[in-house]
Amino acid sequence: MSLATRLKPLVDNWNRPFWDACAEGRLTLQRCKTTGKCFFPPAPVSPFTGRPEWDWITASGKGELWSYVVFHQSYFPGMKDELPYPVAMVKLDEGPFLMTNLEGMSAADAKIGMRLRVRFPGGPDGFFLPQFGPEGEAA
Amino acid sequence: MSPDSPIAAPALGDAWPMRDKVAFAGIGTTRYGNFPETDSYGLGCEALNAALDDAGLKPSDIDGLIVNRIPTYERFAEMMGINPQYCLLTEAPGRFSGVSLALAAQAIQSGAAKTIALVYGNNGRSNRMMYGGGDSQWSPWGMTSPGATHAMMWRRHMHQFGTRHADLGHVSKAFRDHACLYPAAVMHGKPITLEDHANARPICEPLKLLDYCLINDGAVAWIMTSAERARDMKRPPVLLSGYARQDAFHYGSGPADDLWYPNLSATRSVYDRAGFGRDDIQGLGIYDNFSPTVLLSLEGLGFCKQGEGGAFVRDGMLALGKGRWPTNTSGGHLSDSYMQGWGIIAECVRQLRDDCEGRQIPDVQAMQYICATNIAQSLILRRDS
Repeated sequence: MSLATRLKPLVDNWNRPFWDACAEGRLTLQRCKTTGKCFFPPAPVSPFTGRPEWDWITASGKGELWSYVVFHQSYFPGMKDELPYPVAMVKLDEGPFLMTNLEGMSAADAKIGMRLRVRFPGGPDGFFLPQFGPEGEAA
Repeated sequence: MSPDSPIAAPALGDAWPMRDKVAFAGIGTTRYGNFPETDSYGLGCEALNAALDDAGLKPSDIDGLIVNRIPTYERFAEMMGINPQYCLLTEAPGRFSGVSLALAAQAIQSGAAKTIALVYGNNGRSNRMMYGGGDSQWSPWGMTSPGATHAMMWRRHMHQFGTRHADLGHVSKAFRDHACLYPAAVMHGKPITLEDHANARPICEPLKLLDYCLINDGAVAWIMTSAERARDMKRPPVLLSGYARQDAFHYGSGPADDLWYPNLSATRSVYDRAGFGRDDIQGLGIYDNFSPTVLLSLEGLGFCKQGEGGAFVRDGMLALGKGRWPTNTSGGHLSDSYMQGWGIIAECVRQLRDDCEGRQIPDVQAMQYICATNIAQSLILRRDS
């Protein structure tokens, strides 16, 4: 088992461009035209104004580890072999948070506040799930 | 998530027109455990009958009905032979126990109904309810379950304030000790030590098994009516003195990056609404789906400063007969029964009617309930004097 046996993302009209960009190796975010602030998950309107005035931007793909957990309980058959697995909450430099996994490092080496960078090693059925590892290492 | 949305706190000191107007006239709880021979309807009927007996009422006296975790209000009303003028099914998360209470109070105060039965029934244990898994925003990354959300926030709390996992042991142990005083509690007769808490099986680290609530079958019913009507009923009324709520949905898709501190802090207005302060309260009911929420609640409501929750509970502060703030005296969700706030509020009512025997808080005049979620709430109940 691997990223290929993960659950597929729930794709909707708002996040489809996000997943298309992931397949091209780019992390994208919606940016509010009025405030210049980014938001995630993708939505029909900016949460800062309530208006449908936003652009897609390619994010830096960098951020810091805000917190993390390690799952010991099995909830997903396709992840059973990964147990225990970490889930990291990453605060992107653009502001929004992502839940993701640690790639190229173990949870034992995780330190809150450490710099991380995105990579797209794979995913289920043609999807590429953003994963995060140390900023300094090649993605 | 938009991390910096401001929380609009209710104006402190605003007059609250509901103060002491609505009362609990009866409560009923079932046995707690694993009951595959019944279901949430059967358990709900059992609890409601207990509450009706407690209040000295019959089903035809009920003209309002709110059900929770029971599949449909129609079928439940049909079963109990109730044809109300006000009826509602509320959402499943435990924050809706307090929301349901507030809705009932508003309905009574506005005249929409006179006497409301609120019935919660849960057969999650015999039903093998799984809190986690399935499709969601974050499931491709394996992020699921309310426990994981709390684990994520607690790890951050430890990092930010220097709290430790061991601090949570004092919460779990205090509530287990209380359950050992309450024969109906699921964990009655099963004491734990701080070492048991520290060495428990990890579920979603940093949280371990004894930081998690139980999953069991059972039901709770409350009968609420006006204070005036309640005074003519069988048991002494317990008055709703104050209720405050502040929602925060800007992190609805993930763990709260502000640890719910701003919206919890906003509910400190509950004291002004009740017309008395913390010093006049003798005990607490805190929504403990996971042990960290107890510390977040105490910090948010100002019992201690933010980040000092661990130190605050370390010397038995929450323990009956020892600390200033006996909390969840029947054992809470961690050790009595996972009735999603309904049972904790029922225990506050029992305390205020001196029904608690070996776990009675001496000379109790008022109890405060706190629920730390994205719908932060606090309410104060008191004796009718």
